[in-house]
Amino acid sequence: MYKITRKRELVENIFLMDIEARRVAKSALPGQFVIIKVDEWGERVPLTICDYDREEGTVTIVFQTLGASTKKLAALSEGDEIRDFVGPLGNPSEVVTDEKEHLLKKKIVFVAGGVGTAPVYPQVKMLKEKGIDVDVIIGTRSEKTLIMEEEFRKVAKNLYVCTDDGSYGFHGLVTDKLKELMEVDKKEYDLCIAIGPMIMMKFVSQLTKSYGLETIVSLNPIMVDGTGMCGACRVTVGDEVKFACVDGPEFNAHLINFDEAMRRQSMYKTAEGKKNIIMEQKSVHE
Amino acid sequence: MKKNRVPVREQKPEERVRNFKEVSYGYNLEEALLEADRCIQCRNPRCVGACPVAINIPKFILELRNGDIKGARDTIGEASNLPAVCGRVCPQEEQCEGSCIVGIKGEPVNIGKLERFVADWAMENRYRNTEKLPGNGRKVAVVGSGPAGLTCAGDLAKLGYDVTIFEALHEPGGVLVYGIPEFRLPKESVVREEISLLKDLGVKIETNVIVGRTVTIDSLIEEEDFEGIFIGSGAGLPMFMGIKGENANGVMSANEYLTRANLMKAFRSDYDTPISHGRKVAVVGAGNVAMDAARTAVRLGAESRIIYRRSEKEIPARAEEVHHAIEEGVIMNLLTNPVEILVDEKGFVKGMICVKMELGEPDESGRRRPVEIAGSEFVIDCDSVIMSLGTSPNPLIASTTKGIDTNRRGCIIINEENGETTLPGVFAGGDAVTGSATVILAMSAGKKAASGIHAYLEEKHS
Ligand SMILES: Cc1cc2nc3c(=O)[nH]c(=O)nc-3n(C[C@H](O)[C@H](O)[C@H](O)COP(=O)(O)OP(=O)(O)OC[C@H]3O[C@@H](n4cnc5c(N)ncnc54)[C@H](O)[C@@H]3O)c2cc1C
Ligand SMILES: Cc1cc2nc3c(=O)[nH]c(=O)nc-3n(C[C@H](O)[C@H](O)[C@H](O)COP(=O)(O)OP(=O)(O)OC[C@H]3O[C@@H](n4cnc5c(N)ncnc54)[C@H](O)[C@@H]3O)c2cc1C
Ligand code: SF4
Ligand code: SF4
Ligand code: FES
Ligand SMILES: [Mg+2]
Repeated sequence: MYKITRKRELVENIFLMDIEARRVAKSALPGQFVIIKVDEWGERVPLTICDYDREEGTVTIVFQTLGASTKKLAALSEGDEIRDFVGPLGNPSEVVTDEKEHLLKKKIVFVAGGVGTAPVYPQVKMLKEKGIDVDVIIGTRSEKTLIMEEEFRKVAKNLYVCTDDGSYGFHGLVTDKLKELMEVDKKEYDLCIAIGPMIMMKFVSQLTKSYGLETIVSLNPIMVDGTGMCGACRVTVGDEVKFACVDGPEFNAHLINFDEAMRRQSMYKTAEGKKNIIMEQKSVHE
Repeated sequence: MKKNRVPVREQKPEERVRNFKEVSYGYNLEEALLEADRCIQCRNPRCVGACPVAINIPKFILELRNGDIKGARDTIGEASNLPAVCGRVCPQEEQCEGSCIVGIKGEPVNIGKLERFVADWAMENRYRNTEKLPGNGRKVAVVGSGPAGLTCAGDLAKLGYDVTIFEALHEPGGVLVYGIPEFRLPKESVVREEISLLKDLGVKIETNVIVGRTVTIDSLIEEEDFEGIFIGSGAGLPMFMGIKGENANGVMSANEYLTRANLMKAFRSDYDTPISHGRKVAVVGAGNVAMDAARTAVRLGAESRIIYRRSEKEIPARAEEVHHAIEEGVIMNLLTNPVEILVDEKGFVKGMICVKMELGEPDESGRRRPVEIAGSEFVIDCDSVIMSLGTSPNPLIASTTKGIDTNRRGCIIINEENGETTLPGVFAGGDAVTGSATVILAMSAGKKAASGIHAYLEEKHS
């Protein structure tokens, strides 16, 4: 069992939790993820590692409530325990394992979208600790849904917040902002790292491809075991089929078949929808 | 001497296709005693030589016959830590029973069902033998809790070692819990029970630990003071065909389908994990795994078929499984090979183009090579395709540990004598070494490595 030592609702429907998992905290690196299973009946849910404290033995996750499993997790409180917590899974992000000298020569821009903002944080933080300054673009629906701005102000060289409704920062999409930075501000980036909804990563990738800007994305396909055993997470990268849980989750964006990846994500929409309805009915009757 | 075996009661096909309960009821005491009577107690029993863990079969049968079921259980326990499992899933027809002398003129003694009876009886009557040598304080780590790892751990615990099993999944058992379906091998009453016997012997099991990620072989040795390591990580990596349409929604590996059904219990409405409720399921392949997937699909309410490129004679699955599958209404499309999966506008499977095959000259495996019949393309109507084409070892451990060599198929190389890998003190066995094989072969490899580890540590401390 793994204890929830901290829980906060960052904005509506987005939660942060610190979970006690000594072994995972000890070996976790930015870019990797965990799989949690709330109870005996639960699904195995993949979530990116958003931070970790090796001394305290805790790992931070940030998640958005979508369906039955994320709602079940969100219903727990500090002090409660979850049944299973396994990780770190997948490969660490290349920018954190790369040589410092190599990184110092690069101008890096991160593009974060929605709940994907959280997993960008440990990467930027680690780079800052190494003395490497980066730009960060965050995209979100409105001021009310923006998360982790404070934290990013401390570690990013330049932070650009974009909102869909213009309630805060730049009014528009992250791609509009990125284009503006490159066209108007004449920024010359060597590497772009985009983490967020599949559709955002697809459009960022399209844009950067036209500029020849090397881009890495962190994919979030449907997973079951997360250890390479089932193939549920397969994605097409170039002309190869990869298992995102062991070969990724980060890949060269320009080689990914995003349309296929998006279709595969919707595989269980109907089945899960039903489960959700059952769960909601249950909670109504409780 | 009766020529025929005491028949085994089974759930009727029309009933069992609607539930996930065990198909075979096994013997009751009366039936077991009758069947035990058929063993002629050979002085040089051929059955024992054909059992990969060399259970003293005539001895346990005699004890059973004499009403000493506890004694029979102890006799089996000297050689096997998982008799309730093996009695159910061993390919007995090729092993113990295949060599039974009574089988020459009649049907062989039903050794598997007798073994199952004795093991089940002991579990039901809470008879547990936890005899072991006093602790020697030496720590051994076992990676993976499949039959290889469980066996190695049990044997070492009996020798007094302090054994910890590290398992990547949330539940121990390996293929026994995620692959082989409930209707052949009940999880609660059989697998969990047999694993709990090992816990009684003092074996510790840490789930949710992936060796190569959460910890490494090196950190176990250097930071956690394990003096010997056994790797029983199996061969879990599924293969795909590489044909067009294979990434469509509704195409999955047998591992995914079976994991959702067995480990995640997706067939039960009180569990959260979804499973594709295909109405027309095509399973590609004809091994045990394919039969398990096809029979699971039947129980989930689908029309279910096997697509296999060779003929009936070459079907690799056990005869009993094929027989059960056909009884349950699984359609067999033999000499048929998929060439393309058809996909609808939303990305879901809507059919599969196949070609007819005929058998040509024998290939390296000695089986006649299937060749396409030109112009024989036809479409199979299906909305799910389950690929059951075999698996290979997961490269994670070898790739994160310096000094463990693998062959070109990714299998860990060992010294056949004692199970030692190319890294001293680190042993391996089971599917991780052989590629996918059987439960009992994995167990026998676990046993060999346990004595290998014991000899290695005795030597080291002498
Ligand atoms: C490597 C990886 C990292 C992720 N990191 C985060 C994160 O840090 N924060 C976060 O909020 N979400 C993250 N996700 C997505 C998260 O796993 C899903 O939102 C969650 O599984 C939804 O479960 P549900 O039952 O609540 O919703 P459901 O109603 O089951 O599903 C909603 C949507 O989530 C996706 N989904 C469903 N089941 C799975 C599954 N087993 N694996 C992956 N996706 C699934 C599908 O697109 C589905 O349409 C990550 C996914 C992956 C693969
Ligand atoms: C569907 C199916 C049906 C079968 N039917 C039969 C049958 O009827 N009869 C028969 O004899 N055989 C059958 N087999 C084959 C048999 O199950 C296997 O040969 C046997 O389980 C192999 O045992 P093992 O201990 O080597 O590996 P496995 O049973 O595969 O166990 C390996 C374990 O190691 C864990 N692991 C892997 N990597 C790591 C890591 N890095 N860190 C920690 N843990 C790790 C895995 O999660 C798994 O639990 C079947 C197989 C399948 C898939
Ligand atoms: S373990 Fe398998 S091969 Fe050995 S006696 Fe039992 S059923 Fe036969
Ligand atoms: S070979 Fe058959 S008859 Fe002979 S001892 Fe073994 S089970 Fe009994
Ligand atoms: S999630 Fe099963 S192989 Fe990646
Ligand atoms: Mg879900």
